[in-house]
Parts: sequence; C-alpha cells; structure tokens
Amino acid sequence: MKCDIILAGVGGQGILTLSYAIVNACLDEGYNVLQSEIHGMSQRGGAVYAHLRISDKKIYSDMIPKGRADIILGTEPLEALRHLDHLTPEGKIITSSVPVKNIIYPDEAKVLDELRRHGALLLDSTDLARKAGSIKAQNIVMLGAVSRFLPLKTLKMYIKKLFSKKGKEIVKINLLAFDLGLITKCWEI
Amino acid sequence: MPYPFVYTMQKKKILLGDEAVAQGAIDAGISGSYAYPGTPSTEINEYVRSTEKGKIHCAWSPNEKVAYEEALGHSWAGKRALIAMKHVGLNVAADPFMSSAIAGINGGMVLAVADDPGMHSSQNEQDSRCYADFAKVPCFEPTDQQEAYDFTREAFDLSEKNNIPVMVRLVTRLSHTRTIVAVGAKRKQNSLRPARDNKRWTVLPAYARRMFKEHLAKYDSLQKFSEKRSSLSLRGKRLGVIASGIAYNYLMENAPKDISVLKINFYPLPMKSIEKLAKHVKKLIVIEEGYPFIERQLNRFKIHGKLDGTLPLTGELTPDIVRKAIGMKAHPGRKASSLLKIRPPRLCVGCPHASTYDVINGVKKRFPKLRSFGDIGCYTLGALPPYNAIDTCIDMGASIGMAKGAVDAGVRPVIAVIGDSTFTHSGMTSLLKAAKENTDMTVFILDNDTTAMTGGQETLANDQRLVDIVKGLGVDERHIRVIDPVPTRLKENIAIVQKEIPYKGLSVIIPVRACVTMVKKR
Repeated sequence: MKCDIILAGVGGQGILTLSYAIVNACLDEGYNVLQSEIHGMSQRGGAVYAHLRISDKKIYSDMIPKGRADIILGTEPLEALRHLDHLTPEGKIITSSVPVKNIIYPDEAKVLDELRRHGALLLDSTDLARKAGSIKAQNIVMLGAVSRFLPLKTLKMYIKKLFSKKGKEIVKINLLAFDLGLITKCWEI
Repeated sequence: MPYPFVYTMQKKKILLGDEAVAQGAIDAGISGSYAYPGTPSTEINEYVRSTEKGKIHCAWSPNEKVAYEEALGHSWAGKRALIAMKHVGLNVAADPFMSSAIAGINGGMVLAVADDPGMHSSQNEQDSRCYADFAKVPCFEPTDQQEAYDFTREAFDLSEKNNIPVMVRLVTRLSHTRTIVAVGAKRKQNSLRPARDNKRWTVLPAYARRMFKEHLAKYDSLQKFSEKRSSLSLRGKRLGVIASGIAYNYLMENAPKDISVLKINFYPLPMKSIEKLAKHVKKLIVIEEGYPFIERQLNRFKIHGKLDGTLPLTGELTPDIVRKAIGMKAHPGRKASSLLKIRPPRLCVGCPHASTYDVINGVKKRFPKLRSFGDIGCYTLGALPPYNAIDTCIDMGASIGMAKGAVDAGVRPVIAVIGDSTFTHSGMTSLLKAAKENTDMTVFILDNDTTAMTGGQETLANDQRLVDIVKGLGVDERHIRVIDPVPTRLKENIAIVQKEIPYKGLSVIIPVRACVTMVKKR
C-alpha cells in the first residue's frame, strides 16, 4: 500500500492542521508517513503546499516525484491545478471549488473546466463549512472528502484531539464538517 | 558504536527534522540551547522552549554571533550546549566559530545549521559544509529525521571525546519534513566544571600556532570515524554513486537496479570507501544537495556531477532531477496547466507594516527622489507591488549602514527601513555611527513586538526600551518620533515624517503596533 498526496492551498487555509490529523492517524495505525511543510516567507498569503506520503514500506524521498502522486487535495482550485504534473495518469484530484482571489486571477470557469477535464471532484467547501457551523472549518471539510480514499480509521479521533482545547462547540463543528465532506457527492457539483 | 543505534526505553514520536535535532540534543544532556530564529532552523530552539523551558536555558539570542558565544561560555563551564541557526546566520557567527574550532571546547558543543537550497526563504544558497571544512570542524549530514536525532546525540559524544565543536548540517526538506522518529532515554546534564587551562582558551598568536597544528591533526584523525558513518554497497560495476545526506533519499526513491552506492553522512570524507568504490565501477557520479563540495575534493577521480552538468549547479535537488542524472526515464504523468499564475506572499490584512509603507509612499509624493534602504523581515515584502517602496535588501541590518553610505556619497533624501528584531540583531552599531556623525537621513524602526516572519519569537527591545536604546546610541531626542501605524492616522503620520525628511541630520521614526497575526494567535 502506498498513498502519495499533495496538499495545495493558500497560506492561512489550515493545510498543516489538516495534515496533522493524517500524520497522527498513520502513527496510530502502523503506517510509515512523511509530511513536508512550507514555512517562513512562503506562508504569508502565498501559494503553499505539502507533500504527504503514506506507505506500509520504507519511504525514502520527502518529495513526491513528478507523475507519482495518487491524490491532489486542494483547498483552492488554482492551487490544486498547480500540481497537475505530479499526478499519476490514474490519480485523483479532490478540491474546493472556491477560489481565493488575492491575485489577478485567471478565468475562474476555465480553471474549473480544466479540473473537471482531469476528473476532479469539486466541492463547495465554504457552503459545507458554513452548514457545519463555521466557515473556518473548510480544511476539515476537505479532510472528510479525501478520507474516503485513505486507509485510515482514526482521523475523527484526531480531529477531536486537535480542537479539544478550543471547546466542545468547535469540536462538534469540525466533526460535522468532516462528515459533510465525507458524505457529499462532490462530483455532482 | 555500529549504526543504526538501538536505544533502551525506545519511544516513537512524530517530529520535524528540526525537532528531531532538538530532541537529540535534549536527550544528549544539554543545559543550554542558543539561537536566533531563521527559516528553516527556527523550530530547533522553538522545540526546546516548548518542551524543556525551566530545565534548559533556551531564550532567543539577539543574533547568531552572540548565540555562539553564549554557547561557548556554557561549554567552557563544562556543560553541553546546542546552537541553532540558518546558513546565513553562520556568516554572522563565523568569527567565534573559526577561532573556537582551534581552541576546542569543554562541555559538548554542537552547531546545527540549516541550509536553504532553492532559496525558499533566504537570500542565497551557501553551503555550510564549506564552513565546516574552512574551520576544520567535523560535520554530520543526516539523511532523514531519524538520523537527525541519532547523529545529533552522537555529535555531542564526538564533541566531548575529541574536544571539538561539531556541526550538524541540515537542509530545508530535512528540517521541515515531519515523520515518526524512535527516541531513547534522556542523559543527565553535566555538572559544573569550568575549564582550568587558560592557555588553551586564549588564542594569543604564540598559543594559537601550536593549537592550530594540533587541530588539523585532530581533524584528519576523524577520517576513521567517517568510514564507520558511511555505508558502501558494492554491486554492479556499470555505475557507482556517491550520495550524501538527503540526496541519498532521492537516489533510493528511484530504486535503481544493480548500481553501487556510497552513502555519506560525515565529513571529513571517508576516503578509503571512496577509493574502493572508484576502483569497483566504470562510471562515478556524485549527488549532493548544495555546492559541489564533495565533487571538488575528488578531482583526482573522473567524476560526473554538478561541475560537468550531469546535475544542475543551482537550486535544490528533486527525485526527478536525480532520476535523469542516473539515466532513468521520467515517470509518465500529466502536462502542467497553462492557466497558472504565480501567487506571491504578501503582507497580512491589517499588518502595521502596510500602514507604514502607505506613509512612506505618501511622503514620496512630496519627495519623489527619496530612496529607501530595506532590510530582512516581513517588511521586505514592501519591495513587491502594491507598495514598491524598497530599493535594496541585502542582509540582516544592512539598511542603516547602506543608507548612511549612500548619504555619505551625496544621495538625498534617504531613508532606512528596519524591524525591531533586525535592529537589535545588527542595526544598533550602524545607528551608533550614524548618530555620531549626525548623518542626514531618516531611519524607520518598525516595532511590531515580535520576530514575525519566523512565526513570532519574542524580541529584546520594544516600546520605551527601544526608544531608550535609540536615545542611548546618541540620536537627538527631538528627532525621535513614535507614530501609530494605522490607516486612520495616515495623514497625521505623513505630516510627521514630512517634517523630519528636510531636517539636515539623523531622525528616527518608530511606528509602534503589534503584529496582527500574533495578536490573533494570543
């Protein structure tokens, strides 16, 4: 078993929080895991990404080679598209359809079209997070959406752990956000 | 000890490479951790602070030179100390680094330096292994996070055994990758036993000449250890690869069949193993992250690598680049999209620096010839649109010195823009001289109460303390103006600065407002 995931988004969207849950679940469930992060200057509202590699064998490279990623998980559509050349021919794209327009943005419809042509599953993460109770929970919506392709069973436990300091209400919102991401038939959007 | 190590009371932890270094140092029994924050090294001291505060001295230092000297004093007193910095930080600490190598240490002393090939968050790609070689200080180069832990622990033993500071060289991808690391039990800290041999600790020429000779002999004797820390696998004769540190991962990721490999994790180089490999194979490639450091030392062999274009001379390695270099075909994949637009970093919404740049750009309307010397921090982003408010940014603290030099040459009007943390890092001495000469320029010291770019570390001088320092350096009190950088005060702030620009002497403007991201975190 190997699952190589590229997490892509914009600085501040909570990509590291999302991958925290995955990495901890991997340790718990006996998988090897590597997760590379971006710190420093690149964080401030710019494009960010992380490479997350899960395997039952030894993993060497912290970076996923081009053409070897099984999944691109985007919290922003243009950022999901940015890593296309890393995806395997059979790979999946799961991404939020909600653009972050803090740059002169390319034609939004064209971005979504190209994603669809590559078989992307698109999800209105803002709407689902709002339904869960907080627009901030978009990253956890996306975690729920990708969880259907992951071999991990303990993700929800780590969401609880992650948000327990912030109170019961926040835990509840994020658990609901996870479930909404998981059950929504994203390909219909 | 044969590698890999097995620890008694082994536990598994999820750690970043930086955190693995810190945990290794903690478990080796350090009593002091000294650092100035700098990507990608910041998380080393952050981790010590978050897990061992109160048990290990671990406050942030004003700069890397001071950090190194504090650690050296700690070692002199017999206790173990860790020093952490980014690659360019070692330029600042180079003076004590070079001379302490000759003098040696007392308590174990390890310097962890994180290089940034690819310049993710840096101004150059300098390779710290060159510094290790320059000072003849032994250097570990871990391949992964487990080795980062293991080798940092071992570096303290090697340091104490050989009476020498030891470097652990990291690179961005190693520092900032999180994985599962097996850790052992914590060793006791050393008890206080200050050095007695004052001759050895005093590098007067007469003493230093003798010590330098001994130092070089000591360094060469570590080659034997280097053979033990490298691993040679002799297989096919067609191709041999010498791969160091993280480059080894990129090689193995491609699972090349039937090639011979020498994995290098320590310098000085294991010359015996290198010779064995060179004799065994027809073609030899060196793969290393950073400068062609190993490659240049092996010019008596026929070598392929960065110098003959087999691998690129700049930027960071990837598994794909290494794949091509060893003659394997690229993986089938998809074409990159043609719709992509870059998304550069920017100042946060509500950032006080943004308001300061609005003031500067407002003043520029009245003084269109105004030139602006920038510095290193979040406010370097003022060089990008929409502000375009900075003409230069070279190194930590350069703004004030360069501005003064330009004024000396006849440029007017001139401003310097520097953050509070960068000012105490290496801006204070330049301001001392500018005050002495009452240089005709205006210095902005942006006081946001933190070292923001690296994640919000505490700084040494803010608010009144910062004003007092500026006064103490000799700046005329009437020309020190504290302003509140908020959009609602734009007009009044522009008016204040516009009065200071024509003044034929040194003015200091201090915009004071806490970093908006740190306020949110609190």
